[in-house]
Amino acid sequence: MRTLLASVGIAALALSGAASAGEDAVLSVDGEVFVTEAAAPDHLENVDTIYSGWVFRTDETQELQLDDFDNPSFIFLDQALDTWETVDGSEGKSCASCHDDVEDFAGLKSTLPRVENGELVTLTNLVNECRTERMGAEAWKYSGADMSAMTALIAHQSRGMAMSVAIDGDAAPFFEKGKELYYTRVGQLDMACANCHEDNYGNMIRADHLSQGQTNGFPLYRLKNAKINTTHGRFKGCMSNIRATPFKEGSPEFKALELYVASRGNGLSVETPAVRN
Amino acid sequence: MAKGVKPRVKVPKSASAGETITIKTLISHKMESGQRKDGDGNVIPRSIINRFTAEFNGEMVIDVALEPAISTNPYFQFDAVVPASGDFTFTWYDDDGSVYTETKSVSVS
Repeated sequence: MRTLLASVGIAALALSGAASAGEDAVLSVDGEVFVTEAAAPDHLENVDTIYSGWVFRTDETQELQLDDFDNPSFIFLDQALDTWETVDGSEGKSCASCHDDVEDFAGLKSTLPRVENGELVTLTNLVNECRTERMGAEAWKYSGADMSAMTALIAHQSRGMAMSVAIDGDAAPFFEKGKELYYTRVGQLDMACANCHEDNYGNMIRADHLSQGQTNGFPLYRLKNAKINTTHGRFKGCMSNIRATPFKEGSPEFKALELYVASRGNGLSVETPAVRN
Repeated sequence: MAKGVKPRVKVPKSASAGETITIKTLISHKMESGQRKDGDGNVIPRSIINRFTAEFNGEMVIDVALEPAISTNPYFQFDAVVPASGDFTFTWYDDDGSVYTETKSVSVS
């Protein structure tokens, strides 16, 4: 049923047909059309339709994502491709030694984070596991430049695929924990994620147009700091804005929140690497 | 030698005679202005791309002098009318003497 709804969504979007960005703009890159609006997944109680963050951006920012040459993220993806071939660590291996082609990772980002052996793992965890256990190299910093570029490169392989994060079975306790965090008010301003991204998306908060806080485009390029930004980095930013003490990047709290927020976007296309303000 | 420098160019592969085509170029470069100081107060030496040129079949089409105020990863986009098939050669000149070139062919029908 969900697939059907999604495809109806594409048809409706395609009919509006505008090539450039705008209110009813269609996100398409090299002829590939992305789902930026879809029926909300069943577990969402207060939202009927989910929208990609791209929809909320200005025309100029939207246009940057329509052409891979204009999209500044690709500089970082090129750097990550070089890193992919670079030998590091005591085992004398590079990423390419085991994984022939980075394209083999198509479909990974759309299902992460996921539970492995009772633990919630993110793409960053998987990369660092490879580095420490198979390459004999040092773990990268969670949102460091190397890591964010590499995760963006790997996540990019899933571009165009629908987000479909599992929330049942082993993942259920993490989902519940993430959901609780999403709705818990914290910080001096006493706000929860939901206050902005569920109750007030589409409204302005000062000069910023509030989105639904979807993560389908992450890791993404932000014009604000001219680099690749990760979900956990963004969570930290949000928490500082509401004057709360942020959790650590890679902490169990942020990983659970990442799972919950990703599941809220089930049905949207992966846009990595997206461009945002 | 500046690290991580990589020229990128987007030129249509084919065009019709007399058509105006859009050419996009970008070179990843840190463009260190020479105005900044490091943690110890020493000036970080200037290291920028100081000249960018585009030639079509050996004929100079565009020649740009770049100054230190130009930000990281300089991007140039321009339109060109292509009279016949040929090669565009793009050249970037670095302060450290390095020269980066990229060639793209356009076939005109």
